Parts: sequence; C-alpha cells; structure tokens
Amino acid sequence: MNGAQALIESLRRENVTHMFGYAGATICPVVDALLAAPEIGYTLVRTEQNAGHMASGYARVSGKAGVCMVTSGPGATNLLTGIATAYMDSIPMVAITGQVPSSLLGRDIFQEVDITGAAAPFTKHSYLVKDADELPRIVKEAFHIASTGRPGPVLIDIPIDIQEQELKAFSYPETVNIRGYRPSVKGNDLQIKRVVKAIGEAKQPLICAGGGVWLADAKEELRTLVERLDVPMVKTMMGLSLLPSDHPLNMGMIGAHGNRCANKALVKSDLLIMVGCRAADRTILSPDEIQRRMSIVHIDVDPAEIGKNMQAAVPLVGNIKVILNQLLAQEITVADAPEWKAMLRELRREEVTREFPRREGSVFPGTVMRELGRMLDDDAVVCADVGQNQIFACKYLPQKNGRFLTTGGLGTMGYSLPAAVGVKTALPDRQTVVICGDGSFQMEMNELAAVRAAGHDIKIVLFRNHNLGLVRQIQTLPPYHGAFGVSLDGSPDFAAIAGAYGVPALELSDENRLSETLGAFLQTPGPCLLICEVSPDVSTTD
Amino acid sequence: MKQTISVLVENRAGVLNRITGLFSRRAFNIESLAVGVTDDPTVSRITIIVDSGNSVVEQVEKQLNKLIEVIKVRTLNEHSLIGRELILIKVNANNKTRQDIMTICNICGAKADDITPTSMTLELSATKEKVDTFESLMRPFSILEVARTGVIAIQKGSGKI
Repeated sequence: MNGAQALIESLRRENVTHMFGYAGATICPVVDALLAAPEIGYTLVRTEQNAGHMASGYARVSGKAGVCMVTSGPGATNLLTGIATAYMDSIPMVAITGQVPSSLLGRDIFQEVDITGAAAPFTKHSYLVKDADELPRIVKEAFHIASTGRPGPVLIDIPIDIQEQELKAFSYPETVNIRGYRPSVKGNDLQIKRVVKAIGEAKQPLICAGGGVWLADAKEELRTLVERLDVPMVKTMMGLSLLPSDHPLNMGMIGAHGNRCANKALVKSDLLIMVGCRAADRTILSPDEIQRRMSIVHIDVDPAEIGKNMQAAVPLVGNIKVILNQLLAQEITVADAPEWKAMLRELRREEVTREFPRREGSVFPGTVMRELGRMLDDDAVVCADVGQNQIFACKYLPQKNGRFLTTGGLGTMGYSLPAAVGVKTALPDRQTVVICGDGSFQMEMNELAAVRAAGHDIKIVLFRNHNLGLVRQIQTLPPYHGAFGVSLDGSPDFAAIAGAYGVPALELSDENRLSETLGAFLQTPGPCLLICEVSPDVSTTD
Repeated sequence: MKQTISVLVENRAGVLNRITGLFSRRAFNIESLAVGVTDDPTVSRITIIVDSGNSVVEQVEKQLNKLIEVIKVRTLNEHSLIGRELILIKVNANNKTRQDIMTICNICGAKADDITPTSMTLELSATKEKVDTFESLMRPFSILEVARTGVIAIQKGSGKI
C-alpha cells in the first residue's frame, strides 16, 4: 500500500463519503487511489476556491468535516480563500494538497509553494507529511482537530514522493493523543452557579446566540432554555436560523446591518448572555460601551474568545451543548419583565409589518425575501452570498426550521452557489436556495457546471442592480465622494449564461407578479435562475 | 509592564515559526525570545518577554494555548523568577584601557573570553538590567560587536510549570 492508498483508506475509516477537488500533477497518485474507491463521491469544481466553499456547505449541514483536495502551487493558493473563509466561520474541514517531491522542497520548482506556511494564519493546524507511515496518524489527528473544540480547517500537504512511498504496514489508530490539544468540554460548576445567579439578579436579560450553537449541534437545547426562561433572544449573522422568525421570543439579528429591534434590545438589556458568538466589529459596534452598561455572561468553547473583544463578568468555557444541558439541569429563576418583553415585541411587530418602498420597473429585495421565505419549505436551506443581497436576506428573510448559511466572518463573495452544491451533496432531497447579487454571481457562476454535472436542484435568486451595491452604498456616504469602480458594465445576459449551462431562467421586475413568478421559479424541476431587477439606488437601510 | 511567558512546545520543525507568526498576526510585540530544548528531548522551552498590559498578556496566553504544538503556557511571577541573559561583547582595548575594562568586569562579574592587542571579548550572564548596565559601561571603550541571547527564565522553588 502506498501513501496515496493509505490516505484514501484513512479517509474511509473517518467515514468520508465525498470529496470536492481539482486534480493536478502532484496529487495524481491520490486521484489514482480514488479511482479504486468508488464509494467516495467526488465533485470536480471549476476553481479551487470553491472546493473549500463546497466542503464548508457540506460540513455545515452534515455535521461531518468537509474534505477538499487540490494540487500544489496555484491549486493550493487558489484554495487559500476557501480555507480562510472556513477558518473565520469555524467550519470543520480537512484540506489536502499535493506537493512537489520532498527532496526538491525549497528549490522553487514548478508549481511549488509553501502552502502550510501561507495558510498558517488561518488554519487550525497543518501537516507537511515527511513519511507515508505517518499518514494514518496524521489523518486521524486532522479529523479530530478539525471537528472538536472550536472547529476549523486542517491542512495536510503531501509531497508526491510520499504519496508514492510504500508503507511498512498500514494500521489506523483507534485513539488520538495530542498532549497540546485538550479542548474543554464540561462547563465549570462554579461558573454555572454564577450564571444562574446572574440571570436571577437581572431585570431585563437578553440572550445572544451565534454560529457556535450550530457548531455544537445545540439548537434544540438553546431553544428549550430560551423558552423555559422566557427570555428574549437576538442572533448574530451566523446564528440566524437558530430560532424561527415568528417565534415570540425572537428579536432578530443584531449588528451594523441588523434589525432595529435587536439592536434596541441589546442597548436596553441589563444582562447579555452570549452563547457561541464572538462580538466581532460588525456584530457589536461599540463593545466598550456595551460592557460599561451591562453585565455579560459569555459561553464559548474557545477560551480565547472570552475577553478578546469584550470582557465578560462571567466567562463559561466548554462545549455549548454540554453547557446548555448543565444549565437546563439547574433551577433558574428569572425576573418576569412584562414591560421589557412587550416593548420588544412591539418593536419587532413594527419591523416585520413595515411597508417596503416600491419602485416602478424593479423589485425591492426585502419584499422578495419576505415572500420567498413564506413560500419555502419548513426545513429549506438558504445560502446567501455577500453584499446587499446578504444584508437583505439576513434582515428580512423569514427563518423557519431550516438553515441559513452565509460567510459571516470573512465575507467572501462567491460563497453561496458552491456552498449550496455542498449542501445538496449532503442532503440531496432538501430544498436549497441561493441568494446572490450580480457581483457575487459572477464570482461563482462557473460552478453552474458542477450543478449541472450532478443534476442538483438548486434555485438561484439573483438580485441584479448592475453595481457592487453595498460598496456603492458606502461610497455615497461621507467621508467618500461618490460611486467609483462599482458599475458592473459588461456583465453578460445572465439568462443566456444560465441557458448555456442548460439552466432555465426567469426574470422579475414587477412586484405585482412576485408571488406568481416565485411560485413558477420554485416549481421548476431542477436548477433554475431567477433574475430580479433591483434599482441601483436601493440601500440596505431603506 | 514587562512580563515573562514560559512556553513548552513540541520540539519539531516549524513550531517556532507558528509562535512568532502568531505574535505578528495578532499584533503582539515581542521584546525578547529565547528557545532551547529541555530535559525531555521532545520538548523545547520558549521564553518570551512582552511589554503589555494584563489583558494583552492573557490574550497572548490563550492564543498560544490554541496552537496544537504548544503543550503548556505560563506567565511567570515577576517577584519569584530567575531570569538570565548572556551577552558576548567585543570592545576596543589597548594598554591604556585594558585595566579599566577589567575593573568594570570584576565589579559586574563578567569575564574575558578572548584578548588581542587591540580588543577584548567579554562574557556576562546576569539579569537583563545588569546586562544592559554592563553594555552601557562598555560603550565609552567603543563596542565592536554585541551578541545577546535574550532572557531565559525559570520560577524559583521546587515547582515546575
């Protein structure tokens, strides 16, 4: 058995059933070993970055680490954005890269790049394999590190001679023993008691939940706790689908682009219970101000998140699912704050029912979101891209009991379509919808080929405002002096592009035809593109 | 405030790179860094001095702990640590100045490692402050070259990190 075969056998032991990749010379032995492993599915992406995004979408809905594989040099550097995106969103991923022969490392030979060095700032860990006999242990460790504690991408860089090297013996380790890696699981009992006390003393407590809850698969526990305490909840972008939009305790998304109601709740509460979120700049604009005004309980699996952006009065480190269960086992009394809840409920109602502006010959994205959300399946997965489309989706798309996937951390344009391919690969029968703009779509439309090749039924909503809308919006406000370099002149006829890939397209520019068009769009068998004409002047604050 | 962080890491290629990369990426300033293998050949000890507030040092500790190859991190107690730095310093020396240099060496506890008709190379192992003082006392004699190791430190008493 050679290194490549040992790698594939190791992946099999980790229950890997699908990989996203792009072959090249230095990864050929692994690809050759895949030929003999038909039970591992394979998606050929159209650019390596998307192998990362597909693995991310796959990981987020399957709960398993996503696996991507590319060749050395440019293949690996193209993948970097995919790895960085996964790192910022803490997505479990194992990225495999081919490398030039180990004897030639450092000589700048054809397609050589120091990828473990380049990826170091945004990988949880990385390996440059020097001996094929170490591969089973490395793969075992890589999956363990990627998917435990705070998840994240792990990179395995394998020189081609190691892929070809014969192993002395293949034996897959049962357990992992890394002395420098012991993530906390259980919450400290004393801290649990302090949390209970803090909640008991608060008059207007507020729960803020983020992507960490999804990563710990603790949605049900969180919902049970929120309902039992009867405490209002706000969400970060990564935690959006944790509570249905119409849930009486849901106050929406906080942050620079969040719901008014949620931000108001944040300002007025006297105890903020942060669960699996990290208070980054877009989420909490003035952390100093917030922590001056209120007490903070911070629950996270990563101790480094506590005190990084905000100082917590009560830090609680551990696996969120375990901690929530610990809290559920406690007797917690909460002040009944009818005025506080009534005020928030009223703010929420105003926001949910408010009339959107209308413009002749175009649609308002918020209006489309509201109607689309109403029509989607209860458990649909929506993948939103980056830009105005993302903000509108976050603010106005009604969440039910499905998933909302977007890249909240790195904000990588071109994420949504490849992520949706990953979702469909894991959950072929799940209704999956992409929301993107004409800027982001042009960064990912090459993956229509991957959609077609697999016959994925992915519905794509494209908001076309002929501009990089969110950048334009920023440019029109002080200190800037006007739009520049954001017009998407020269863009193709998207319906024709879709048609060239054999994907039908519909167009929508009249809000009177909204329901009918969305209905036809969602009922089209197989993939379909819906092009919504949007005025370039639309702002996310409209 | 200067604080001394002692880090036990896997003695493997690329580990130091990860540590220093983390400092630059997270915008932490390193004042001094020294690394060497411990009694266990698979473990190296890195001694890092940072000049930052407590919250930054706490973040440094936490971020270091996240690195898989970091086994242990401990900020040493300033009041009970033994911190030493080694300096090798080459100065101009002749018949007129040699005696003065030796007087300073005797006071500071430095010794001469090499001597030529026009120079002397001196060695001192002491606290960073004493090494700084010694170096400044040598300056009037015209320094030719200096090599300093950076501080290594260990906590007093029978405990270990």
